[in-house]
Amino acid sequence: MFISLNDDQVEMVTVFFEDRELSVRKGLPIAAALLEAGVAHFRNAPVTGAARAPFCMMGICFDCVLIIDGMPNQQSCMVEVRDGMRLARQSGLADVMSGSDKEQLSI
Amino acid sequence: MRDPIDIIVIGTGPAGMAASQVAAKQGAKTLVLDEQSSPGGQIFRAIEANENPKRDELGESYYKGSQLTRTFRNSNIHYLPDTSVWQLSKDRELSYSRNGAAQTVTAKQVIIATGAQERPMPVSGWTLPGVMTIGAAQILLKTSNTGIKDAIFVGSGPLFYLAVHQYMAAGIPVKAAIDLTPKINYLRAIPHLPGAWSGLSHLIEGWRWKREIVKSEIPLISGVKNIRITGEDAATGIEYLKNEKWTRLDGQHILLHQGIVPNINISLAAGCDGHWNEKQACWAIEVDSWFQSSIPGIFVAGDGASIRGGTAAELCGRIAALGALAQIGKITDKERNRLAKPYRHKLSTELKIRPFLDTLFKPADNFRIPKQDDIVVCRCEEITVAQIREAVKSGCVGPNQLKSFSRCGMGPCQGRFCGLTVTELIADILNKPVNDVGYYRLRPPIKPLLLQELANLNSDAEK
Repeated sequence: MFISLNDDQVEMVTVFFEDRELSVRKGLPIAAALLEAGVAHFRNAPVTGAARAPFCMMGICFDCVLIIDGMPNQQSCMVEVRDGMRLARQSGLADVMSGSDKEQLSI
Repeated sequence: MRDPIDIIVIGTGPAGMAASQVAAKQGAKTLVLDEQSSPGGQIFRAIEANENPKRDELGESYYKGSQLTRTFRNSNIHYLPDTSVWQLSKDRELSYSRNGAAQTVTAKQVIIATGAQERPMPVSGWTLPGVMTIGAAQILLKTSNTGIKDAIFVGSGPLFYLAVHQYMAAGIPVKAAIDLTPKINYLRAIPHLPGAWSGLSHLIEGWRWKREIVKSEIPLISGVKNIRITGEDAATGIEYLKNEKWTRLDGQHILLHQGIVPNINISLAAGCDGHWNEKQACWAIEVDSWFQSSIPGIFVAGDGASIRGGTAAELCGRIAALGALAQIGKITDKERNRLAKPYRHKLSTELKIRPFLDTLFKPADNFRIPKQDDIVVCRCEEITVAQIREAVKSGCVGPNQLKSFSRCGMGPCQGRFCGLTVTELIADILNKPVNDVGYYRLRPPIKPLLLQELANLNSDAEK
């Protein structure tokens, strides 16, 4: 279990992971915040679909990538939590185009 | 285009911080780029946030970085944190992304101080959620004050003992520590002990960590020949082979570590020559006595060139900066030599312990060259030992061909967590020297970036 070692009162922010509301400590990298909130499955690997979670926490393994506020392939260990952030699991490879780009192209 | 910058430093670990302040002190226009949001690198990660109040559990060695970080902050440099460098050319043209915008700058001299990463540890189950590196656990402790309760620490090397010791000091329950240092290494390291005498303080420090672990309640299991992590969707435990017998330990958190290796992606992508360092079982970047690489004007200082440790990295950074300063006429060669002398003296003393440490903590062959077919080697593309064997059987002769055979090494981590394994594994199968098998040809961008960033490259360069 991931535990916070901060005894003193800490400021919290609200983020949404897969539409689930989570209260997390302000100032934490997203990966750390989600681990503390009990999230154990961050993404699915592109070939077998196997579950993955943060491995290196220093920005080199890419196992912590999430869709952050609609943007895929974001390393969640390298970005701090912000109030109201929307986070989603990434399954396999990201679409090259985001939703709005696709709509524009399809017109 | 803007005027070329005198010196660009990449990275703000001990080597990068030291190089920047030496460069700035001699009046060089210095730009410092770093991926993290505050200086310190991985060794002194988040040091400024942890000074007031001081967190004793992080240990004395961590706070050795305080003074260096303060001087770095007070230096006349242009420091850009949260900046990812994704391209460096032979002509010292460098591209980076920051806040979603990409820029290109040119420097008269570049000092690469990208430090180290943890060595890949391809064992059965190492991709399961719940398995992290010990370095990751330390980063959680330093940056977030997050602990992992009842974790099983597995591995070898100074960081293995340090991390368990930090956990003890922080009062976080540790389920077990499995020490993978091969027993034979103790015998092999003994002849290097007299030479290591000048590094006595490091030895005593390490010995103290280990002794306190032994005296604690934490089971310290050594003499382990093999391990496998169990679980379907997440880690459920670890099995270890000791005295020809497999034993199981339940646990949801398995932390792995078997030493650190140079972070070479930017140096190799720029075209710097590298070679296989057999003693450290990793690639190293070729540098001269000023830490200049095979490309004039590109220096590689600290663990990014070859593993020498944090204290040595700082000294290498200073020496490299002096070398770079002399090449652009900021100081004379005579001044360069005079200023470097005390650093060189300290560096040679600092390096005397390396042969002992390198021998003692060289991971066993089976943890570097996995044998079981189902072990995943390339985490990104999920390529297994069996697939690599198959490719080699079909005529694949090295890591670059393996890319076309299997996509191994072509995922977003760009070989950082499979490159060493792939090289050693192919060399082992073909029974060839590792140097002949070679490494992935690395190409920019060495970090993924958005097409949008590329399209808008330098759009605000005239600001």
